[in-house]
Amino acid sequence: MTSLPKQPSGKKLGLVIDLDICVGCHACAVNCKEWNTGGHSAPLTDTDPYGAAPSGVWFNRIHSFEVTNEQGAGRTVNFPKSCLHCEEAPCVTVCPTGASYKREEDGIVLVNADHCIGCKLCSWACPYGAREYDADAGVMKKCTLCVDKIYNPNLPEESRVPACVSSCPTGARSFGDLGDPDSDVSRLVASRGGFDLMPEQECRPTNKYLPPRPKKTGDGAAPAQALTPVTDSSAGLLARWVDRILSA
Amino acid sequence: MHPAKSVIFFTTASGAGYGLVFLLIAADLAGLLPASFWLSFTGYAVGFALISGGLLSSTFHLGHPERAWRALTQWRSSWLSREGVMAIFTFIPTGLFALHQLFWPGAFPVLAPLVGLAGMVAAAVTVYCTAMIYASLKPVHGWHNGYVPVGYLLFSLITGLVLVNALFALFGFSSLPFLLIGLGALVLGLVFKIAYWRFLDGTQSLSTPESATGLGEFGRVSLFEAPHTEANYLMQEMGFRIARKHATKLRRIALLCAFMLPFLLTLPGIFAAGTVGGLCLCLAVVFCALGMVTERWLFFAEARHTVSLYYGAGHA
Repeated sequence: MTSLPKQPSGKKLGLVIDLDICVGCHACAVNCKEWNTGGHSAPLTDTDPYGAAPSGVWFNRIHSFEVTNEQGAGRTVNFPKSCLHCEEAPCVTVCPTGASYKREEDGIVLVNADHCIGCKLCSWACPYGAREYDADAGVMKKCTLCVDKIYNPNLPEESRVPACVSSCPTGARSFGDLGDPDSDVSRLVASRGGFDLMPEQECRPTNKYLPPRPKKTGDGAAPAQALTPVTDSSAGLLARWVDRILSA
Repeated sequence: MHPAKSVIFFTTASGAGYGLVFLLIAADLAGLLPASFWLSFTGYAVGFALISGGLLSSTFHLGHPERAWRALTQWRSSWLSREGVMAIFTFIPTGLFALHQLFWPGAFPVLAPLVGLAGMVAAAVTVYCTAMIYASLKPVHGWHNGYVPVGYLLFSLITGLVLVNALFALFGFSSLPFLLIGLGALVLGLVFKIAYWRFLDGTQSLSTPESATGLGEFGRVSLFEAPHTEANYLMQEMGFRIARKHATKLRRIALLCAFMLPFLLTLPGIFAAGTVGGLCLCLAVVFCALGMVTERWLFFAEARHTVSLYYGAGHA
C-alpha cells in the first residue's frame, strides 16, 4: 500500500549527521555503494564506469557548501545527504503501484523492485533528491538504511548499523531510534540543536542534521594579516640583500 | 524538469482527445451536431485515437511497461493511479454514447443523455487527474499551484474546440456557437498563459539553498564542490535548465501558434464559409498543435525542482 502507515509503531530509525565534524572524505558514500551493490536493492548499476562519462546509482552523496556571512568571512561545510526516511514521505503516496512503501515497524522507506514500473514520479516528489533511477534495471532505487545489515543476525552486534555509519572515521554519523526521546540520537539532537532540512516542504524528515559549532577564533578577532611584498627598509638585512641580487 | 517527449505527447494528445469527445457529446446533447454519420464517426475515431495514442505513449517512458496494470491499484493516495483508473473508466460511458449516437440514434431517449453526461464528467475528471499528477508535487514551484489544473482543463477544451470546428468544416458544416466559443476560449487561453508566466517569473519556491542545507543562520550558502565530477540522474532529470533567451523566444512561439494564429484562422470560418474558411480552420489545428506542444515543452523545461538547490541553483 502506498498510503502511509495508519498506526506507526512509534519507532523511527534514522541518522543524525554532524556537519561540525564531517571532513568530507566520502568514505560513507563508498562503503554505502560497496554494501548496497550486494544488498536489498542490488546492484547499484554503473554505466561507463571507466570511460569518459561515468554515471551510476548512489544512495549517499557528499556535497560541500560555502557559507559566507555578512562580514564576508566564509566557512566550508561538508554535507552528506541520503534518504531522510520522512514521516510524511511524498515519494510513498505518489507511487501508483504500491512499490514504494514506508514500514510500519520502524519507519524505513523502501522500494519493492518487483512491483516498481519505473515511472520516476517518486523521484520528482522527493524534495531532497534521495531517489535514483537505475536505467539498466528499469526501477527506482534508494537508501534502505541498510535494512539488510541492521537486523542481520549473522553480523556481530556492533556491526548492525548502516554502512555509512560504520565507515565514518570521525563519527559524524549516528544511527538510532529518533522516535524514542531517551535514545542516544534523540539526546544528541536535543543537546546540539539538530534541525530538519527544508521544513517548509512539510515532509517531517526523520534524519536530523547538527549545525557546525561556532568558530573559536572568528568572533570579533581581526582576521589574519594577508602577506604583502616587503619592499621598504623594514625588511631585514638578508632580505634586502636577496632583493638587490634578484632585482639586478 | 526534463521534458520527456513521451509525456509531452501524452498530455497534449490525450488532452485534445478528451476535449474533442467532450464537445462531440455536448454538441449532440445540445442538438448542435449535424446529422452526418461520417462526421460523428470521424470525430469519435480521431478523439479516441488521440486518447489511446497519448495513453499508450505515456507507458513508453516506463522502466517496466509490462507492469503498467499495477498503476491502477493505488488510487487512494496517488494522482497518477487515479488518472489511470479514470482514463480506463472514461472509455465506458464515452464509448457507449458514441456507439449509440452512430448506430442507434434516438434509442433510449432517457438513458442516453445520462450516459453522455457521465462521459463528459469522466473526461473532465481524467484531464483534472492528469494535471494533479503535476500540481501535487510540492518540490516543483512551477507546478504546485492552482494555475496547473485550470490550464490543463482549459487547454484540453481549446484543442478540442479547434478540432471540432475543423471537423465540421471538413464535412461542409459550420456551427456559429462553436466558432464563437472557440474564439472566446482562445482569448482566455492567451490571457491565462501570460498570467501563468507572470506568476512563474514573479515568484519563487519557499525553499532556498539556506533552507535546503539548514545553514542560513551562518550566512549565504553556495555550492563549493559537487559530490562528483559527472552529471547524475538527479541533475539530468530534475536539473534541466533552459537558456533564458530561448525561453523568451519559445514563449512567443507558443502564444503565437497555440492562441493567436488559431484565433485569426477561425475568423474566416465565421465570415467566409466554404473552402477558404474550412482550409483556415484546418490550418488552425496544425498551428494549435504546434503551439500546445511548445507550451507543454516549456511547462516541463521551465519548472525548477528543489533538488537543484543542492547542485548550485540560487533558487528553485
